Amino acid sequence: MKIKNIKVGVLRIEGTNCEQESYDAFKRLGANPELLHLKQLLNIDCNKDEKRDVFDYQCLMIPGGFSVGDYIRAGAIFAARIKSKLQKNLTEFVKKEYPILGICNGFQVLIELGLLPGIDDAIPSSPEACLYLNDSNRYECRPTLLKHENNGKCIFTSKIPKNDIRLIPSAHAEGKLLFPIDRQKEYLKKLEENDQVVFRYVDPEGNYGGYPWNPNGSISNIAGICNNHGTVFGMMPHPERTFYKHQHPDWTRAGLGDLIGDGQAIFESVLDNISKRF
Amino acid sequence: MFEVKVKIMLKKGISDPEGANTLKALHLLGFDKVTDAKTIRTFDLLIEGTDKNKVKNDVEKMCQRLLTNPVIHNYEIEIEEK
Repeated sequence: MKIKNIKVGVLRIEGTNCEQESYDAFKRLGANPELLHLKQLLNIDCNKDEKRDVFDYQCLMIPGGFSVGDYIRAGAIFAARIKSKLQKNLTEFVKKEYPILGICNGFQVLIELGLLPGIDDAIPSSPEACLYLNDSNRYECRPTLLKHENNGKCIFTSKIPKNDIRLIPSAHAEGKLLFPIDRQKEYLKKLEENDQVVFRYVDPEGNYGGYPWNPNGSISNIAGICNNHGTVFGMMPHPERTFYKHQHPDWTRAGLGDLIGDGQAIFESVLDNISKRF
Repeated sequence: MFEVKVKIMLKKGISDPEGANTLKALHLLGFDKVTDAKTIRTFDLLIEGTDKNKVKNDVEKMCQRLLTNPVIHNYEIEIEEK
């Protein structure tokens, strides 16, 4: 299908942020995004012409923020509302390999939904991972450097060369990826074997530098993972915040070059993939 | 009617920054006999019904589906009939 016909649903509820930037990212690349309140999918409190179905879209995106005040746990209530009515359709959506992107709080929601890590196809009723409090116990908000380590499975990073280092800002208090404490190594091994690790935090030389390069203490410096089909992808940093070069903090020193920011390729990759597959 | 307390604790090995900071502040205030401080979250639920076992099963499901993340949490359920 043509990129201009690709409908992307950018989901929002109370407390989401950067939904406009996410919408703009898809729009500027020529797709047909729509800002969508979850109520429109749940068919609650909305007019007839506002009602939507998951399958109206070829891609869904859950943006960042602090949905529902991060009550209970970050992303837990957003996920519970989705599960309440959309579990069946969303499972089907994932099974048909339509892409879902979760950024920051969106990543937390995908973990709470059990769609990530998604090592096998069964979707668990309880989360298999957690994005827990940063080791520093505070909100970490600054540019972070991400090394692309995926070998080709993740459809959201096909346009980023392997080992490329990208500047993408982080802004979160709960971003430390954890697996069940007695099975951390096992999970990590499976993720690596399945080519599900997408981004790791690094220092400017590309080494795993630990804090402060890794803002949260995440296991094995992981910043983003995809499911075993590469079609559901979550990352803590915000690629929509470096869509253009002038959004980089060092643009006055590094120059504007081709104007393309480091985050743009993520949106480009998924649109390219959808246009080829559907 | 049942009054249910769900106590949610962090698993062993999961850091508890709020507890650690509380301990530090208590020491600063001179309470130096305090050797550990942990944070525990409690939800008080009022649940209609007459069957205690059913209530217990339902609360277990609530814990699995929303109230806890088994990766980091343990929980205890106390049920009292009102």
